[in-house]
Amino acid sequence: MTHVPGTDRDQAVSELKFRDPVRARALIEALGRRTAELGRAPVSVMHVCGSHEQAIAKFGLRSTFPGGLNVIMGPGCPVCITDTPEVDEGVILARQGVHIATYGDMVRVPGTSMSLADAQAEGAKIHVIYSAPQAVELARSTSDQVVFFATGFETTAVATAAVVLGGLPPNLSILSAHKYIPPVMEIVAEMPGTRVEGFLAAGHAATITGSAVFEPFVARHGLPVVVAGFEPLDILAGLVKLVELIRDRTPQVVNMFPRCVTRDGNLRAQEQLWRVFRPTGGRWRGIAHVPNGNLRLRDEFRSIDARRRFTIDLASLWDHAPSALAQSCICGDIMAGLSSPTDCKWFGQECTPEKPVGACMVSSEGACKIWHQYGGHPDLGGDA
Amino acid sequence: MIRRGFVDDKIGLKYGAGGRAMRALIERVCLAGIGPAPVDGIGLAAMDDGAALRVGDRWLVITTDSHVVHPIVFPGGDIGRLAVSGTVNDLAVMGATEPLALTCAVIMEEGFARADLERVYVSIREACQEAGATIVTGDTKVMGRGEIDGLVLNTAGVALCDRVVPDAGLKPGDLLILTGTVGDHGMAIMAVRHKLALEGDLRSDVAPINGLVRAALDAGGLDVVAMKDPTRGGVSSALHEMAEKSGVGIIVEEMKVPVRIQVRAACDLLGIDPLVVANEGKALIGVRAGAAEQVLAAIRRHPLGAEAAIIGRCIEQHAGAVILDTGFGRRMLAEPEGELLPRIC
Repeated sequence: MTHVPGTDRDQAVSELKFRDPVRARALIEALGRRTAELGRAPVSVMHVCGSHEQAIAKFGLRSTFPGGLNVIMGPGCPVCITDTPEVDEGVILARQGVHIATYGDMVRVPGTSMSLADAQAEGAKIHVIYSAPQAVELARSTSDQVVFFATGFETTAVATAAVVLGGLPPNLSILSAHKYIPPVMEIVAEMPGTRVEGFLAAGHAATITGSAVFEPFVARHGLPVVVAGFEPLDILAGLVKLVELIRDRTPQVVNMFPRCVTRDGNLRAQEQLWRVFRPTGGRWRGIAHVPNGNLRLRDEFRSIDARRRFTIDLASLWDHAPSALAQSCICGDIMAGLSSPTDCKWFGQECTPEKPVGACMVSSEGACKIWHQYGGHPDLGGDA
Repeated sequence: MIRRGFVDDKIGLKYGAGGRAMRALIERVCLAGIGPAPVDGIGLAAMDDGAALRVGDRWLVITTDSHVVHPIVFPGGDIGRLAVSGTVNDLAVMGATEPLALTCAVIMEEGFARADLERVYVSIREACQEAGATIVTGDTKVMGRGEIDGLVLNTAGVALCDRVVPDAGLKPGDLLILTGTVGDHGMAIMAVRHKLALEGDLRSDVAPINGLVRAALDAGGLDVVAMKDPTRGGVSSALHEMAEKSGVGIIVEEMKVPVRIQVRAACDLLGIDPLVVANEGKALIGVRAGAAEQVLAAIRRHPLGAEAAIIGRCIEQHAGAVILDTGFGRRMLAEPEGELLPRIC
């Protein structure tokens, strides 16, 4: 049974506070003025969160952004940046007869030759879960081996860490494909061709890491970072602040989501995160090798590490090359902020949420899925 | 985006969803298999809510519907009420608000409880009374266990009227009235199917609305230029069809669309836009701008129309497209594809 909140009056009111069109119009005007004050165009800023793109698309905000401001979508979709070999590991384990528990969108992400959904169609035991404790429940309900294919950024990694520290049933192990956002911002900041002048950081991840996590980045790259929430006013106010910081050449971290985020973050969650995981370098699908961008289990948890408990022969999938269609997918460029979904010739044609070619069309946080869901032509400013 | 006119070799659920895929199926397969369109009138090719044939100086409007809703009893109604309302409303949004007669065919699964069937017929009778309709003939079949799920109803209806209101009559400048809240039927069914424990009550809006449509027509006369009932695919699908057939763009103001708070909460939880959720007691009515307020006032005076609102307007640009003004910015409203929830009506 699922409990539906939101009928509660207080929540409705607090939600409306950040969905006030009058205040939004004032912020939209301010954003236009600040951008004009820069005296040059276009200026590019990047958000690194699928939830930001969701809100931007859902509320039609992109049509209100000033022409001189380029708001680029960065690698903010955890499902999209999970690398093909990581999907393959899950597929191979599933085909070995192990139960796989994972978050919903992962099931349909294409691997080298198949997705977990394809494996399921062949009889593999795939379970969609909504929270880490459900993997524990699943393992307790069977004597078979269960692998929790754990994906997502620090937000979900903390939840994985908590169940690990709580003790796992003997038949449960973890296949960690968790990613850590701060290092990839370094990569994108230095990527030739992006010229990003500031970042909008994700409010929910920052509730855990704290806004201070971005301070070394600002110091190294001289680029401002604004932590923002997910209501329309949060995003608009975050962008106004970001453009001000660019205009004033005062790179710093500004927390525009103080109702949830503190400078230090959730210290207990951070402590659990780093007790269980160590950062290590690895590929993000379509982006690059990201130093310290992957979260892997520390050695003391080797007994519950699926990569050690099982033999995973990745080469067994390599007799099937990805289709020509998949090879021409531009998800990587889209996640790096170099292209938009509509730049892809397959977008909405050969590649749809029903039959996704690339990961960006699978996940509800993927740029292609979001643009497709909200009509595909986001720029409607100025007419009628 | 479904490639225009493309139909798969195997008919998937999306072909029953009331959207572009279903229209392609009708165009490619069903239309190819029937005779020529009526010389004077509206036939299947128009893919309107029903057909209209010239009879003397009046129009005979005819429509048919099959009902496969699961479960057959749901908060706010049941399959019987749905069957009568669906057919009466299809006639009404063609402009034929006084149903002459309905038919009702029943297909049951072996073992179906007599008491359940009797309850369905009580609902049928009640809905007919509300609509001022009578069932004049029918058909009964029983199929083996497992050959059909429970109960399927088919209803047809005929009515005479002086003027047919198509769904393609919109021009730039026209306004769109929605006769009440959206998403109630679909979310009521969804809540039962997903066993959602909800604060507040999700109830289907299923009701015959021919009286309400009559009130709108009486108030607006010839200025009521297009009507459609937003069932499967919701308001979004209906608006897309109206925009495409009329060759206009439509701008919808999201904040003016009436949605019950519990429907909005359930939609948020499930990540569904209320604009794509099915309704069974609502109409979208296109009116010339000058008549909009008086038509709206007439609708609001009707017991089923108290929450009616003007939700959008037609423009010359973006012909065939529907644009959503969110109050913050604008975006295209995507036409729903695939089946949000099969067996919803």
